[in-house]
Amino acid sequence: MIKNKIDVEGFNFYYGNFQALKNLNVPIREHQITALIGPSGCGKSTFLRSLNRMNDTIASARAEGKVLLNGKNVYDPDVDVVELRQRVGMVFQRPNPFPQSIYNNVAFGPRVLGMAQKGTDLDNIVEASLKEAALWDEVKDRLNHLATDLNPGQQQRLCIARAVAVRPEVILMDEPCSALDPVATLSVEELMRELSDEYTIVIVTHNMQQAARASDWTGFFWLGELVEFAPTGELFTNPKQELTESYITGRQG
Amino acid sequence: MAAQTNLNSMPPQDEATTPTNWRELVIENLIRLAGISAVLIITMIFLFLLREGFPAFVEVPLSDLFSSRWYPIEDKFGLLPLLAGSLIVTVGAVVIAVPLGLTTAIYLGEIAPPWQREILKPFIEVLAGIPSIVLGFFGWVALAPLIQSMGAPSGLTAFTGSLILAYMALPTIISITEDALYAVPKEYRDGALAIGATQWQTIWRVVLPAARSGIVIAVMLGIGRAIGETMAVMLVTGNAANIPDLGFGALFQPVRTMTATIAAEMGEVAQGSLHYSVLFGIGIVLFIITFAINSLATYFVGGGKRRRGGQI
Ligand SMILES: Nc1ncnc2c1ncn2[C@@H]1O[C@H](COP(=O)(O)OP(=O)(O)OP(=O)(O)O)[C@@H](O)[C@H]1O
Ligand SMILES: [Mg+2]
Repeated sequence: MIKNKIDVEGFNFYYGNFQALKNLNVPIREHQITALIGPSGCGKSTFLRSLNRMNDTIASARAEGKVLLNGKNVYDPDVDVVELRQRVGMVFQRPNPFPQSIYNNVAFGPRVLGMAQKGTDLDNIVEASLKEAALWDEVKDRLNHLATDLNPGQQQRLCIARAVAVRPEVILMDEPCSALDPVATLSVEELMRELSDEYTIVIVTHNMQQAARASDWTGFFWLGELVEFAPTGELFTNPKQELTESYITGRQG
Repeated sequence: MAAQTNLNSMPPQDEATTPTNWRELVIENLIRLAGISAVLIITMIFLFLLREGFPAFVEVPLSDLFSSRWYPIEDKFGLLPLLAGSLIVTVGAVVIAVPLGLTTAIYLGEIAPPWQREILKPFIEVLAGIPSIVLGFFGWVALAPLIQSMGAPSGLTAFTGSLILAYMALPTIISITEDALYAVPKEYRDGALAIGATQWQTIWRVVLPAARSGIVIAVMLGIGRAIGETMAVMLVTGNAANIPDLGFGALFQPVRTMTATIAAEMGEVAQGSLHYSVLFGIGIVLFIITFAINSLATYFVGGGKRRRGGQI
């Protein structure tokens, strides 16, 4: 039996008076890829950002219920948000490398978290992270070039390298391929597959094929509720809910 | 260009295009004229300065100009005390205003809750609106006695001038820095926070570097305002054309700036006299200094732009 890395239990989320997530119960399996699908505005990003408390930066936001990471509720008052975000990394929809060198982008996390400040220790982390993100060969000769000069696919892999550099346990990806062309998309999907040996991955996507191709588990969201959650093969071939079926066939057909 | 516009708009009747083009032409030329006249006026001001001030550099030997005695009645035109005065007052103002301005802007833009921002911002705008002479008056009446009571021989010192100038430069530095911070995309902040950076690390290592070019402009414009300011400084710096002793004590001695010298003495000189030329010569020096600062700022900012342009 595979263990649950994250257990979301009875989770509600509000923007002011608007309830964006309704009584969610989601198990996220360790070292597997969980895909979240659903129409625009159904709360996928909100859910993802609840897992590493990125929603804390929104003044009107309020969360209820539990998000258990290794059994510990991340909304407990004694949880250090900074440490939580180191353990639960995030890759965004639009590649967002800092306007600094490639090296400094990857070194950012290790530096701020005090893992290494400079020298070979840091060099090694940077090299290992870029290799993990399958970017090393393309950039090893120009580590001091500006990261924003890379093409979008490379930028997104750089953001993945930046995330893995701090050795997170979970990586959240919010539509990581929506700004990429098909070739870059495939390379990121391949990368996710490799990364799932070491990390637990949760990905939001609008692309049914991507969810079907690249994930082990799929959750279907609708208006802030989790309609169905099942192994990916099962959900796409034999959905239990009519809503799920009409959504995936509507999107595929 | 023009041909393309015609193609795009595809006028149904040919007559319609003529007045439009004609109007475009007039507007275009008016704008061009405005642009050229700005250049022309600045050139003319500089030529005028040169014509009036140039004799100073010919008739007064360089060694005299770089001497430390400014005593026009005896034809002693040493500019060093005035240069030193301007330098001390300006550097003092910059040292006070830049850290204070930057931290205020960071607080306003990154840390303060909205209600505090709404209270603070109008206050800063009011600060910008206070006429400089009023600030000078305030310095004379309120600050100077305070500084004297702290042990300086007189309250009218370079430091008093620096304080007043710092206050005048602050609103510029704060508001332009805040704009620069505001222009930094939220994605950068999210990226840093999501890795586990604290808010302060995010500001220091990501937001400030990304806003660098805007911050340089803010500081340069702030300094520009400080260098050019005259009346307020004249009121509070004691107007003594001495080279102050070196060291920290220099701040607490009376000085006289270049601008204050021109303002104070221009009324008393005979037009065309050597003294008159020297005052214009000081004007040339000022002009060159501000021009150099502006060029420096443009250079910095240009570098930033080129690099950001690479993003596309
Ligand atoms: N900062 C916010 N303040 C108020 N409401 C918000 C905020 N962010 C999102 N919402 C609302 O919450 C709901 C869920 O938004 P969310 O971004 O999570 O949807 P999503 O499923 O990620 O959509 P998409 O597929 O378009 O990215 C939407 O109705 C949205 O309008
Ligand atoms: Mg979204």
